[in-house]
Amino acid sequence: MSNASLEAIAAKSGQPFPGAPNNWQRFFSFSTDHKVIGIQYIVTAFVFFLIGGLLAMVMRGELITPEADLVDRTVYNALFTMHGTIMLFMWTFPVLNGLANYLVPLQIGARDMAFPRLNAAAFWLVPVFGILLMVSFFVPGGPSQSGWWAYPPVSLQNPTGNLINGQVLWLLAVALSGVSSIMGAVNFVTTIFRMRAPGMGWFRMPAFCWTVLSAQMIQLFGLPALTAGAVMLLLDLTVGTSFFDPARGGDPVLYQHFFWFYSHPAVYVIILPVFGMFSEIFPVYARKPLFGYKFVVVSSVIITMLSGVVWVHHMFASGTPSWMRMLFMFSTMLISVPTGVKVFAWVATVWGGKLRLDTPMLFALGGLICFLFAGITGIMLGAVPFDIHVNNTYFVVGHFHYVIYGATVMGVYAAIYHWFPKMTGHMYYEGLGKLHFALTFIGVNLNFFPMHPLGLMGMPRRVASYDPEFAYWNVIASLGGFLLGVSTLPFILNMISSWILGKRAPANPWNAIGLEWLISSPPPVENFEEIPLVVSGPYGYGSHEPLVANHPAGELNSEHS
Amino acid sequence: MSTANLDPTLNTHGAHAAEHEEEDHRMFGFIVFLLSESVIFLSFFVGYTVYKTNIPDWLPAGVEGLEVREPLINTIVLVSSSFVIYFAERFLHKENLWGFRAFWLLTMAMGSFFLYGQAVEWMGLPFGFTDGVFGGTFYLLTGFHGLHVMTGVLLQGIMLGRSFLPNNYAGGEFGVAATSLFWHFVDVIWIILFILIYVWQ
Repeated sequence: MSNASLEAIAAKSGQPFPGAPNNWQRFFSFSTDHKVIGIQYIVTAFVFFLIGGLLAMVMRGELITPEADLVDRTVYNALFTMHGTIMLFMWTFPVLNGLANYLVPLQIGARDMAFPRLNAAAFWLVPVFGILLMVSFFVPGGPSQSGWWAYPPVSLQNPTGNLINGQVLWLLAVALSGVSSIMGAVNFVTTIFRMRAPGMGWFRMPAFCWTVLSAQMIQLFGLPALTAGAVMLLLDLTVGTSFFDPARGGDPVLYQHFFWFYSHPAVYVIILPVFGMFSEIFPVYARKPLFGYKFVVVSSVIITMLSGVVWVHHMFASGTPSWMRMLFMFSTMLISVPTGVKVFAWVATVWGGKLRLDTPMLFALGGLICFLFAGITGIMLGAVPFDIHVNNTYFVVGHFHYVIYGATVMGVYAAIYHWFPKMTGHMYYEGLGKLHFALTFIGVNLNFFPMHPLGLMGMPRRVASYDPEFAYWNVIASLGGFLLGVSTLPFILNMISSWILGKRAPANPWNAIGLEWLISSPPPVENFEEIPLVVSGPYGYGSHEPLVANHPAGELNSEHS
Repeated sequence: MSTANLDPTLNTHGAHAAEHEEEDHRMFGFIVFLLSESVIFLSFFVGYTVYKTNIPDWLPAGVEGLEVREPLINTIVLVSSSFVIYFAERFLHKENLWGFRAFWLLTMAMGSFFLYGQAVEWMGLPFGFTDGVFGGTFYLLTGFHGLHVMTGVLLQGIMLGRSFLPNNYAGGEFGVAATSLFWHFVDVIWIILFILIYVWQ
């Protein structure tokens, strides 16, 4: 096809033609292309990642000395509340939604999501509630200070007496985030159920799509509980009802049930897609099929189902009766079984493989190591007597930061580097990537490992000052925190410079198997010229079966394995 | 590397195809949404039950209990409207547009009667939204359900209006099916709510 007719088509569709440099303006417009929306999500999430990270570094700065000398206690309370809220609602969910948005239609062979306009609307709510949260820094009384879980009766205090206060804005933002997530979940579930390419049976679907489906199911059935609790808390704050106000007959523990019924499963909304990324990345860089693919897939589903019956383990110290604590201790421990299945599958995948240690693989391995550590401390915390001992100490903070930063952030980095050539059509700079990995991995362990001994020694969380005996580990943790801050610089530098200047990426730079690698980088509008006919499962490394029947590139599969 | 991957031909008629596909997926997506929505109601029901079984002085001072007669009439009207809307849909499938409109309008009238009945009941009650947890949960549950009834009547109005648009009605098929499903959903929720609040006193 001549260049002139290409340009004619491009002009007609209002989109740049494939292979043409990306027109950056379309990333700032209301686009219904899932690929544009995916990148919009990811970039927005990283803007908030930096804001949330800066708040964390102020906190680590405060904690480098035992006295509360950098910020006062009120500001410190606002800092940890906003740090947690931003990182969960403004970074984790959006960035994972972004990756899923970008990858799921490509991986299942669809032209777009099931509801493209709903998809765009769900994204544009993200900056709206992000701004709502940011506004709370400027209202009288400052942002919410009740922690990201907003437990009453603390969250019901309103010292300034204003109707518009940090807590109300917080609740509105969380409610909007819920609306956005449910819109997204309806879209993902419909897309995955209804729009898989012909021939792609359930057990031919990539593991990442399975984990996205599992995670979005949790959003659908867990989030409404949080929304219900948030609505009631908002009514308590604004209208004067007394659902959660113990002074007027309300039940603050009921709020905890509503909150954790969603917010515990939310950790699987976060970690399951990361498991999916691991499952996609290890086979490519070890040149082996994913070991026990069906077990990996089924374990995601089992984790999803179990996730709904473990929330009370956050409330072992909330006056929960003993029989209930036993029950939830048991169900919590049970989750380690399907999780362990996955870990063994990854180890077996990597075992004896010809490892290629590119940046995505390094991040995936680093993330897996951190996840293993987090898993072990997680089992410890699941045991009632141990949990009560370290309840509200830094041990818990250390545990979930290994999950969220160690496994999730590193998993997301791995995924971004792995699919960066596909998304942008350019290769990233390997040297900067490896530097980024080294700084991140050292930073994570320096920052979050010391929290475990601190917790065992009894240092409480959410405090701006502490006993001098805790100073030693806190200094190390703070230095690790600053290192993590520094670690984002090579990442940002790499992303921006290689997107503009990086060398052109071929369609399949990693010789990977998957529908997304059969089309050009970046993929054309509507992804597939002809919807592929899938004839074999994913991860057929070393097999001679082609992946698709009607695509010339489908045969690449056997050559490259 | 096959050069075919880099073939930049665009599927220019794709936009139309995507719109048709979206139509096909709507009902599936809508059912998924309703499942999610039912968890909100479920959470409120669980909350109500927890409060009712745990709070010793459940009713506010001076309140004996709730009058059941009028809400029962309301319930009968709302439940019957689920059958009426079913017949409206049947008429539409038989392409009897006037039969559809008549029964559809009757559904709207019954829904509006329900809302009117609820408004009358609310105004006559001796307790308010902020009178203890009982008042809070009562108005929260009935109000949240009432909002859904209102949404349902509004959707029905839109569908009725669309039935008069020339040549546009085929596209309204999904709208009618979804509105009808929503109406059944609102109905089932009300039955649970009625038993929970009025029967179990």
